[in-house]
Parts: sequence; structure tokens; C-alpha cells
Amino acid sequence: MTTTTAALDHHDHDDAHAHHTSLPIDNRKLAIWTFIGSECLFFATLISTYLVYAGQSVKGPFPTDIFSVGLVTAGTAVLLFSSFFVVMALDGAQKGDRKKMLTWLSLTVLCGVFFAGMQVYEFWHFYHLGLGYSTNLFSASFYTLTGFHGAHVALGTLWLATILKDAIKGRVPPKKALNLEIAALYWHFVDVVWIIIFPVVYLMQMRS
Amino acid sequence: MAGHADAAHSNAGKYIQIAVVLFALTALEVALYEVCYGGLKTMAPGLGASLEPWFVEVLLLLSAFKFWFVAMFYMHLKFDMKLLSWLFLFSLIIAVIVIGALIILFGYNRGLWWPGGKW
Repeated sequence: MTTTTAALDHHDHDDAHAHHTSLPIDNRKLAIWTFIGSECLFFATLISTYLVYAGQSVKGPFPTDIFSVGLVTAGTAVLLFSSFFVVMALDGAQKGDRKKMLTWLSLTVLCGVFFAGMQVYEFWHFYHLGLGYSTNLFSASFYTLTGFHGAHVALGTLWLATILKDAIKGRVPPKKALNLEIAALYWHFVDVVWIIIFPVVYLMQMRS
Repeated sequence: MAGHADAAHSNAGKYIQIAVVLFALTALEVALYEVCYGGLKTMAPGLGASLEPWFVEVLLLLSAFKFWFVAMFYMHLKFDMKLLSWLFLFSLIIAVIVIGALIILFGYNRGLWWPGGKW
């Protein structure tokens, strides 16, 4: 027991000092922001590709034939709310309010699962309407862009679920709230990417 | 500095206000689409016709507002070190340049913007 306590103390000591940096900021936080910066360029290339191929497909199905704005609007609302939920969970983690953190974090994970499920259903539905990956320019650029975003959502959901598992076991005290903050930053980024994709892909393309 | 950030982060009321604003802006986006091209077009044809020329611009403006709210308040850029804001802004500027450059390049090759037709 004493050995375990000593090991935990040692781990906490390491956790507090292992990320020392000359900047007044934890280097893990700087790292996630640098990663987010690189992700901006990644999604910029995917969005550009989608836009330059827009309206260039010579055979259908076309966006107007298959898109369902209602379903995607529901998914968008869920993703926006999940950003609110995770920031409330972080608020709870920083204050040491475990119940608040667990409640909001659980809701965030549920939202992630719902959004990923919505996208899987959408892809399955489009495929059965005759839109394969290589059907036309629209399908290739659409599946690549939204598929990569969906993969980011799935990874984010998994990341938050592992933190939720730790939080249930009491391993996310206020001094380790940064672990949740870093995951939350990634989650918010996934949300802001969708804020761009939703109007550009779904709303603007429907007018053609 | 950390205390100041913590105090700022604890403002749950502000988070709720921003969630409402984000939801309202999304509803506006969908309403704009419905009025211009969707089911509401037949109900308000005059309004749809007057908004249609500005459809893309208004959508991009609404998206930019949503993006700004999430980045500033939910991602805490408003309260964190300025270095992080500059890091993000720098990436966004390059991203916008990449998008713009590719659209111009492909448009040019298709003769979409060069006077006199195809290149």
C-alpha cells in the first residue's frame, strides 16, 4: 500500500515537472495547438479539392439527387452542442466537481457516437443510391472530405471515452484537468471544421 | 495568470449564451437555404429572390461568426496566451491562401475568370 502511494506520489511529481518549458505554458498544450495548425492545412487541401471539382461531374448521382439537409442539420446541431458539453465538462474538471465532469463528458461522448453513426448511415444510404467512391468527381471528393472528418470525430470520441473511463475511476483530479483540456481543444477543432464543411458542401451545393 | 485564466474558464453562463448563439446561427443558415432553394421558396418567393444573389456570402459570414465564437470562447483563445492565437491565425491565413490559390488556378485553367475564354 505504501509502495503504491509512493509510486502515485512519484507519478504526480513527474506529471507536474515533466512538461516544464521556458514558455509560461505547458508544452503539451503548445503541441496540440501546433497540431491543430497543421490540421487546418490538411482540411484546406481537402475543401479546395472538393470546391475545384464542384459541378464537374459528367454523370450522377449529383448532390441535389441525394443530399438530405434535415439529417445533416441534426448532426450539425449535435456536434455544436457537444462542444458546449465538453467545455462544461472541462469546467467541472478544473473545479474538482466530479459529478459535473462525468455528466457532461458522457453527453459529449454520446454526441460523438451519434454524429459518427449519422455519417455511417449517410454513407451507407448514398452507396445504395448508386454513389460509390469512384462514381464521379463529386463522390470521390465528397467521401474523401467528409470521410476524413468522420475519422477525426471517431478518434476524438475514442479519446474522450478513454478520459471518461479514467474520470469514472477517479483518475482525473483538477491538477490533471489539462488532459481533458487538450482532448477538448481537438474536439472543438473537429467542430469548427464541420462549421465550414456543412454550408460549403451541403447548403451551397444544393443550389446547383 | 493561471488564476485569471481559471476564473475566465469558470463562466458557465457565458458558455450557455454562446451555445444559444451557435444554435441560432445554424438555424439561420438552414432557414436561408430553405427560403432560397428549399421548401420555403414557394411560400416567400420574393424574399428568396432578393436573398439568392447573396446566398454564398451570407452563409460564409454566418460560418465565420460561428468559427470565431468557438475559437475565442470554447477554445479559450480569448483568455489564453496570445502566442496560441497567432499560431492558429497564421495557420488559418495559409489555409485560406491554399484554398484561394487552388480555386483561382483551376478556374483559370477552365477559362472561368480570364477575359476572352479558355486559357
